[in-house]
Amino acid sequence: MIAIIDYGAGNIFSVKNALDHLGLESRLVSDEKSVRNADAVILPGVGAFPWAMNKLNSSGLVGVICDEARKKPFLGICLGMQLIFSKGYEFEECDGLGLIEGAVRKIEAPGLIIPHMGWNRLEKLNDCPLLHDIGDNEYVYFVHSYRAECSDDNIAAYCEYGGRVPALVYDGGYVYGAQFHPEKSGDTGLKILKSFAALIK
Amino acid sequence: MLAKRIIPCLDVRDGKVVKGVNFEGIRDVGDPVECAEEYNRQGADEIVFYDITASYEGRGVFLDVVRETAKKVFVPLTVGGGIKNIDNIRETLRAGADKVSVNSQAVLNPQLVREGADIFGSQCICVGIDAKKIAENKWTVYINGGRVDMKLDLIEWVHTIEKLGAGEICLNSIDADGTKEGFDIPMLRAVCDNCSIPVIASGGAGKISDFSEVFEKTGATAALAASLFHFRELTVGQVKEHCREKGVIVR
Repeated sequence: MIAIIDYGAGNIFSVKNALDHLGLESRLVSDEKSVRNADAVILPGVGAFPWAMNKLNSSGLVGVICDEARKKPFLGICLGMQLIFSKGYEFEECDGLGLIEGAVRKIEAPGLIIPHMGWNRLEKLNDCPLLHDIGDNEYVYFVHSYRAECSDDNIAAYCEYGGRVPALVYDGGYVYGAQFHPEKSGDTGLKILKSFAALIK
Repeated sequence: MLAKRIIPCLDVRDGKVVKGVNFEGIRDVGDPVECAEEYNRQGADEIVFYDITASYEGRGVFLDVVRETAKKVFVPLTVGGGIKNIDNIRETLRAGADKVSVNSQAVLNPQLVREGADIFGSQCICVGIDAKKIAENKWTVYINGGRVDMKLDLIEWVHTIEKLGAGEICLNSIDADGTKEGFDIPMLRAVCDNCSIPVIASGGAGKISDFSEVFEKTGATAALAASLFHFRELTVGQVKEHCREKGVIVR
């Protein structure tokens, strides 16, 4: 069972719909025990970094997320991906989950429209199990105004938008983060979610 | 680079897809969920549902249609028509929409745009605008499906909604809509040059070259069409193939 963490952020039903469509069992959860009992965990999210961290802190989920992300497949999506990093700078400096070293800052792209919204092409950088079924010219759907800054070693794929924007990050263990929305990225996104579920032992 | 988006729009009335020509003479063309699935297969980058009953007769948005579509189609869904307050936005997003499009109600109550952006994020608040030319490089904003002239200057309105936190504009030209003579290039240029949020071009698409033209001549990031795709005069795939040949980046 894949736990989709429901902390009041964004359109979590889309993630559930996509997993249902793939025939993968999932549940929307908001308590510690369900996260511990799951085979894999997805942290979705749309909204602001400090607001989301506040929500996770006040619901007492930060500890269990950090523990479980070391033991079983964990995927952060969009804001959920940004929360993986150590620090966020949306409105104010804020500690993230710290699963991957890095910071999240506003996209600086003179002349380009912010938010970065729409379909952009994944450029693979490092080997990652979630990209094994993905070709070289596949597009995924993004909607965000902030971007991760992290070591190239953690970037499985990036896209070009006023420079390299980390699109899929990976810690080499169980932690994955997608800046794009796999649940809204057509067949390409569904393949990525399927590959994620295939990591369940 | 970001791809230009091709967006089919489904005008829905009483649970069926219809298409009005200049908002008159509506013809019935089918089941919205099936249409959305077909567009998804053709490569649509996003799908818009517009509840045309809502703005005329105050009916609620067709949440069941949205809910069913969101279970089968995994590209962004935008829902417009009949969104009057924050509760309407919330229920529409919870039904599976990724964005809502507010039009008349944004003009009547601009705070709806601000509150919606504050609560749900700018990325899910698209402001739809129906505008009509009144003089050279001058347009005014209409509401209620293009029936009421608000005597509101288009560019002034664009500045206002951007400040209020709108995440996107869907700009429909009343003059071009239904004519099939191409998008309203001067109006789109004026709006794109006066804002820094994405602009969807709407109204007037009649032939395949209209799509490459709008991307070559304006800053629009997406182009929307309804009847052209409904009546299968063109598929989304054909439009994209044409754009690609013309050097426009598409998915």
